Amino acid sequence: MPAEGEKRSIHHLLVDRILQGPGRAPADQRARAFDNANLPEPLGPLLDKVATKSAQVTDADFATAMEAGFTDDQLFELVICAAVGESTRQYEAGLAALAEAIADTEAG
Amino acid sequence: MRPGVLEHGYGVGPKLLFRLIRLMSGRPAPDAAKLTFYRPDFYGTHMKTFTQEAMRGRSTWSVGDRELMAAYVSKVNDSPFCVGAHTATATRAYQDGERVAAVLADLDSATIEEGLRATLGMLGKLTSEGTLNADDIRAVLSAGVSRQQIEDALAVGFAFNTTDRLANAFAFQVLSQEGFEAGAKYLLKRGYR
Repeated sequence: MPAEGEKRSIHHLLVDRILQGPGRAPADQRARAFDNANLPEPLGPLLDKVATKSAQVTDADFATAMEAGFTDDQLFELVICAAVGESTRQYEAGLAALAEAIADTEAG
Repeated sequence: MRPGVLEHGYGVGPKLLFRLIRLMSGRPAPDAAKLTFYRPDFYGTHMKTFTQEAMRGRSTWSVGDRELMAAYVSKVNDSPFCVGAHTATATRAYQDGERVAAVLADLDSATIEEGLRATLGMLGKLTSEGTLNADDIRAVLSAGVSRQQIEDALAVGFAFNTTDRLANAFAFQVLSQEGFEAGAKYLLKRGYR
């Protein structure tokens, strides 16, 4: 298998594992974290920051989520889902733009 | 690190490993390494495999180029731990600290190859704006960068757009310059496995 195929297949394995595999956070919450969409209030500030401005995450963001009953292990998973979700959207956008540019070149 | 389980929740095996690292190097294991040992089945195992492939797998980008891409993406993401770690690793890989510093200070004026400049610019735009269009890619192709090189660079981008977010969210401890240099030596010798 070519190296790039390997990278993409490892990426798929990672995404599949964090979203579909066993976890302490329910799969639907992990999916919402990954998509950065429809997040419940106590998770919203933390996970949106992870996706869009991670340098601004604070202890208070974690404290808010923990006061609402989320455990360390659930937050570990949900933060990872939020980070991998945003990075995946960027990776896929880059690959799609590349495919479009190459298709135009070959068609031309 | 936060939450607390990332400081205290490791099993016997990782705890022994961290103790061994401290004994051998005189320094605690960096948080980036520790994270991959926390419930590795969930994240660490696959992510280490991806990062190793992106950073040390077959590519016509040199290891120094890829470490520079990692440092540059980390700078755009404002991730102090990752900027420090990959600035030190790129510097050591190139044996040229001025080159790395120049890129991180001002990509447009740095004295580097045009293809590398265009690729770093592409990664910077993807990281800051979250997307790219075909014209962005055409500009990189026009600078002499191959399709495969762009794919390879996008994989570096994925690895560090993920790791930077986790470093910031989990509050990785920023190391001393000596700590980053020790980490760079390790990453160039052993990679990301």
